[in-house]
Amino acid sequence: MKIGTPKELYPGENRVAMTPASALQLVKLGHQCVLESGAGDAADFSDADYADAGVEIVPSAAALWDAADVIAKVRQPDESELKLLSAGKTLVCFFNPGGNEEGLAQARDSGANVIAMEMVPRISRAQKMDALSSMANIAGYRAVIEASNNFGRFFTGQITAAGKVAPARVLVVGAGVAGLAAIGTATSLGAQVYAFDVRPEVAEQIESMGAEFVFLEFDEAVQDGAETGGYAAPSSPEFRQKQLEKFLEIAPDIDIVITTALIPNRDAPKLWLTEMLDAMKRGSVVVDLAAERGGNCDATVPDKKIVTDNGVTVIGYTDFPSRMATQSSELYASNIRHMMHDLTPEKDGVIVHNMEDDVIRGATVAFEGEVTFPPPPPKIQAIAAKKPATPEKTPEELAAEQAAANKRAGRNQIGLLVLGAVLMYFIGQYAPASFMRHFIVFVLAVFIGFQVIWNVSHALHTPLMAVTNAISGIIILGALLQIGSSSGIVALLASISVLIAAINVVGGFMVTRRMLQMFQKS
Amino acid sequence: MFDLSSEMQTAAYIASAVLFILSLGSLSDQENAKRGVWFGIVGMAIAVLATIFGPGVELGPILILMLVVGAGVGIYVAKNVEMTGMPQLVAALHSFVGLAAVFIGINSDIDPPALADNAERIIHEIEVFLGVFIGAITFTGSIVAYAKLAGRLDGKALILPARHILNIALVVLCLVLMFMYMNHAGSWTLYLMTLLAFIIGAHLVLAIGGADMPVVVSMLNSYSGWAAAATGFLLGNDLLIVTGALVGSSGAILSYIMCKAMNRKFLSVILGGFGGPSGEAMAIEGEQIAIDADGVAAALQDAEQVIIVPGYGMAVAQAQQSVSELTRRLRAAGKTVRFGIHPVAGRLPGHMNVLLAEAKVPYDIVLEMDEINDDFPQTDVVIVIGSNDIVNPAAQEDPNSPIAGMPVLEVWKAKQVFVSKRGQGTGYSGIENPLFFKENTRMFYGDAKSSVDKLLSMLD
Repeated sequence: MKIGTPKELYPGENRVAMTPASALQLVKLGHQCVLESGAGDAADFSDADYADAGVEIVPSAAALWDAADVIAKVRQPDESELKLLSAGKTLVCFFNPGGNEEGLAQARDSGANVIAMEMVPRISRAQKMDALSSMANIAGYRAVIEASNNFGRFFTGQITAAGKVAPARVLVVGAGVAGLAAIGTATSLGAQVYAFDVRPEVAEQIESMGAEFVFLEFDEAVQDGAETGGYAAPSSPEFRQKQLEKFLEIAPDIDIVITTALIPNRDAPKLWLTEMLDAMKRGSVVVDLAAERGGNCDATVPDKKIVTDNGVTVIGYTDFPSRMATQSSELYASNIRHMMHDLTPEKDGVIVHNMEDDVIRGATVAFEGEVTFPPPPPKIQAIAAKKPATPEKTPEELAAEQAAANKRAGRNQIGLLVLGAVLMYFIGQYAPASFMRHFIVFVLAVFIGFQVIWNVSHALHTPLMAVTNAISGIIILGALLQIGSSSGIVALLASISVLIAAINVVGGFMVTRRMLQMFQKS
Repeated sequence: MFDLSSEMQTAAYIASAVLFILSLGSLSDQENAKRGVWFGIVGMAIAVLATIFGPGVELGPILILMLVVGAGVGIYVAKNVEMTGMPQLVAALHSFVGLAAVFIGINSDIDPPALADNAERIIHEIEVFLGVFIGAITFTGSIVAYAKLAGRLDGKALILPARHILNIALVVLCLVLMFMYMNHAGSWTLYLMTLLAFIIGAHLVLAIGGADMPVVVSMLNSYSGWAAAATGFLLGNDLLIVTGALVGSSGAILSYIMCKAMNRKFLSVILGGFGGPSGEAMAIEGEQIAIDADGVAAALQDAEQVIIVPGYGMAVAQAQQSVSELTRRLRAAGKTVRFGIHPVAGRLPGHMNVLLAEAKVPYDIVLEMDEINDDFPQTDVVIVIGSNDIVNPAAQEDPNSPIAGMPVLEVWKAKQVFVSKRGQGTGYSGIENPLFFKENTRMFYGDAKSSVDKLLSMLD
């Protein structure tokens, strides 16, 4: 199959859905690649780079849509692009199927298959093609960079000769992929980072990134804001009220706010209201990553940077990934490449659009003349069901257990000693003196054996077996004593015994030596 | 020829016994061990020479011939054995000790020593009986273990119906025969018992399969020691008793360590079969995700801390040389590479250590489970090569799992785990391994050796 990538038409879009590196990988799957000339320019990939990777360059979009069987692009296609679709072609891109009915209808009428990258289900297996996550990661990073660009102070606290500099305080609202990326970036710049999320189970992830989780004092049983699919669900009014109160309380201390709260297929919830903006210090920065859906902040103007009356900068850009086009193109192209990998199970360049596959089914929004959106819920849960926590044992309980175990061990030992004494008594009662002389040797040897062997290093257990093997060949002594017997059969059996015991002794020692020679220190 | 007095002989035996103890004690670390072998060799030489030149032994041509031939065979075998073949060799050598014990016991029955009184006679008869019994079990048990390890016999456990009753019946029958023997029923009771003991030995080991073999081999090691000790009693030879007791306790400790590492009772291992699950096993979520050599090589190139966990599969695929080369290259690239060895990895205690040593992996980067288990969270990449149950998180997470409570290497705590495995089958215990379904696990399917070789070609 031919996989083609046109130039993005959306104004200001710098990304491209294929990179020279991803093209190489696609070729390995048995595909050929085509590219509209200049498609990679804005992301700093030249036509020559692509040509080196074996990509065919075609001059126009029309030629590309004509040549390619699979069209991979970034942005939702506009009407002119959808007109170029025809039956048998597959389009892979962001499609916004929830808010793009005309587009869906047009795609259906064309008979083409459409895979919407934002519809890739959030399950472990599909993570490699989850473009929303890879783009969100970039957005989170870039949000911090934009914020620092508009923030008049250091992020990190310093003690300088001129005086002390306090670290910037950053609040990240919504700890999804973007939020976590923002936390990571901000902490590595040295800021003091706080984070909030309606899903209490992400507290651990937040803390693992080095931020502090902002807890709400909430009386009712803590509600779980996680819904199937790893996304947040809308919260109850009481919960929201508590949340806003908390934000208002901390707003004066916060220098930078990064909001990333989104709920699938809904407008972004308003979380950073005018009151909070008013409470913030002059020079503070708010970066609203939810601007495309109306924003989490009251003052957000999509695609614009504004400054409020009290001097707070509110950034509502919606093109963070595009601002880092090289990086985001690499990741997006890689997501596309993984999608193609799953669509090409035999790696022979033949696309199998398997609608039984959870991932492919979930992402496909139009298939052979039918709209297949919304998909049925995936069979696999994104986040494992929570296990009931086992209560931790207190130190006292542990100590008590330890003491009980010690006692038990002590009792066992006494029991064994008593048993041994009784046994000894009976043996002493009946056994002849000659036996007892040997018996004491035997018992002492067993004890020495136990003491010595416990110290043998685990790594040397095989040599230990070989050497014990060799010395158990000591049985040869018995055979030696019998070999001179006058009875023919005894002599024969003894001779055989000498023979095999000799094999044992010599073989055992030799092989031990050979093994030990092999152990070398680095 | 000069002859030793029996006092001089005893003195020589004392020297030998001390040397044997030193030899075993020196195995506490690798450098001492190399010297320690010589203690053992010298001790054995003193013992044999003191016996030959002592009272009651003629240095005849047959004796010399047997010694020379035996030594020749021993040298040949020791020089030519493959390190992956060590388990077989050890098992085969055990069988020799067992057989020798049987012969010596029977000889002592045919040609009994002069006995002072009735009590001594009874003791002597018990000693003969016990020596032959233990020797016979060791003999056939080791033969079967050898055949299983060498692949001549199916490695699976043979579970006969009513096998416990069969074993008990055989042992009871042996006891009855012993009483008959002591009441002068004749030598046939001894021979019949020998046959029965042969059956018991074979049957015991037949019922134990696959990954329980380390326990079996160390158990047979122990038995061969007890057989030697019993022979010592029989002949009134203290050196035999001491040495037998040393070997016997050594094997017993090894068996104990192996059982502990599997969290199983010694009896349940020896009686064969794997315990059934005590309830519904936890459902496993997710699926196995495959990866190709490219992906593994890329992850290795980015990694700083790498731990390799080898298992029996590495030995089967003879991949240790390739693994060693991989280690060398990664270390040359400045990465920290270590090995995590589970006590029951392989088919012999310490099997993996010997294989890696043969492939010239320095022993100071080969660590025991307890030494390395806390380091997994700081590890970038773990490569699991041919092991399964010893890295199964179900042992800790699922109280209903048949292996619940078994100490395992906590590889899943590392950032990324690659599992090199031939196919999607289960391990020896026959249970599913949730590790393969974890989010940070990638399955690197294929023969271990060719997989690692592929990696090598990409790491230049």
